[in-house]
Amino acid sequence: MESRSLKEELSVLIDVDWCKGCGICVAFCPKQALSLDEHGKARWTGPEDCVRCGLCQMRCPDLAIELR
Amino acid sequence: MNTRRYIRERFFPHLWCPGCGHGIVMSALVGAVDSLGLSQNEVVVISGIGCSSRMPGYLDFHTMHTLHGRALAFATGVKMGRPDLTVIVPMGDGDAAAIGGNHLIHAARRNLDLTAVVLNNRIYGMTGGQSSPTTPEGDRSTTAPYGVLDPSFDLVELARGAGASFVARSTTYHAQETRELLAAAIAHQGFSLVEVLSQCPTYYGRKNQGGDAVAMMKTFKQITAPAGSQRAAQDPGLITRGILVQEPRTEYCAAYGELVRELSGHEE
Ligand SMILES: Cc1ncc(C[n+]2csc(CCOP(=O)(O)OP(=O)(O)O)c2C)c(N)n1
Ligand code: SF4
Ligand code: SF4
Ligand code: SF4
Repeated sequence: MESRSLKEELSVLIDVDWCKGCGICVAFCPKQALSLDEHGKARWTGPEDCVRCGLCQMRCPDLAIELR
Repeated sequence: MNTRRYIRERFFPHLWCPGCGHGIVMSALVGAVDSLGLSQNEVVVISGIGCSSRMPGYLDFHTMHTLHGRALAFATGVKMGRPDLTVIVPMGDGDAAAIGGNHLIHAARRNLDLTAVVLNNRIYGMTGGQSSPTTPEGDRSTTAPYGVLDPSFDLVELARGAGASFVARSTTYHAQETRELLAAAIAHQGFSLVEVLSQCPTYYGRKNQGGDAVAMMKTFKQITAPAGSQRAAQDPGLITRGILVQEPRTEYCAAYGELVRELSGHEE
């Protein structure tokens, strides 16, 4: 229940101008909810699998990810 | 948390290389300040020179970008003049342990209420990958193509020996732990040092077949263990993480303030 309401409230927002495509968020996402697109930028491709843990935001060296 | 509140967005994207760990430490630091509820006006971030020392430029606090190795000297002046402010000093391993080694040990000895954050990538990043005092023996760098002969410093033991009253260690893989340790270090009354193992894929990683940033962070996970854990006890070769020294003792500004009150003959 808790996670459902969180899911409704929070999105993983990625600033593609700041993302340098290091792949850290993709490699360490516990739910494989992120991937790199054809331009080498991170995308939130699995919102339905994402548990809004915030690990991607904490580990992004470019401060390009925000859960909001 | 709204990270952007604490940064100077006009300087982003920042200048650090793709995958450089320094941005993860900066993010953790912002999280620590936020968790303590400090206002931006009460925080001063002072650095020397190096890739890590670029941090104050990106942060929207009071900031100073000073001389290589000398940030703690500037920070001492700020703290003595304004003991009410929270002073944080991000440093590189070269900055902290080579050219700035003397400032480090004496700041620790005095127990002035500063928080030193050493972003230890085990190399001189900014100047092209020369060895630092924390490059592990045998590892390669621009100045040691056949491997470093010098034994390396353990920054935690160095700070402990010099008298630091709070010492902790983490890595960029353990970003949440880093944030919590930084918050504890800032809250600590006295000199605190937090060493964060940070990846430099551009030089240290490339020179030592460390792989990319992801591989280097996986290595941080493998070669470290929480202090006091079963894993740490079973394998003494692992690097311990967590709070490793926490021994409150008289803080320097407090002692100085007391002396001034005593000599001026009145109590407040
Ligand atoms: C007095 C002085 N000596 C040398 C330098 C050249 N220099 C700039 S940064 C640096 C070392 C950087 O390494 P480190 O402190 O480990 O930080 P990193 O770049 O790896 O984050 C050196 C030697 C300088 N700027 N000033
Ligand atoms: S961690 Fe940040 S910079 Fe790296 S790929 Fe993900 S969003 Fe981009
Ligand atoms: S919040 Fe957690 S689960 Fe969702 S994308 Fe980020 S790391 Fe993956
Ligand atoms: S040279 Fe190394 S320390 Fe400097 S920004 Fe690049 S990865 Fe980071």
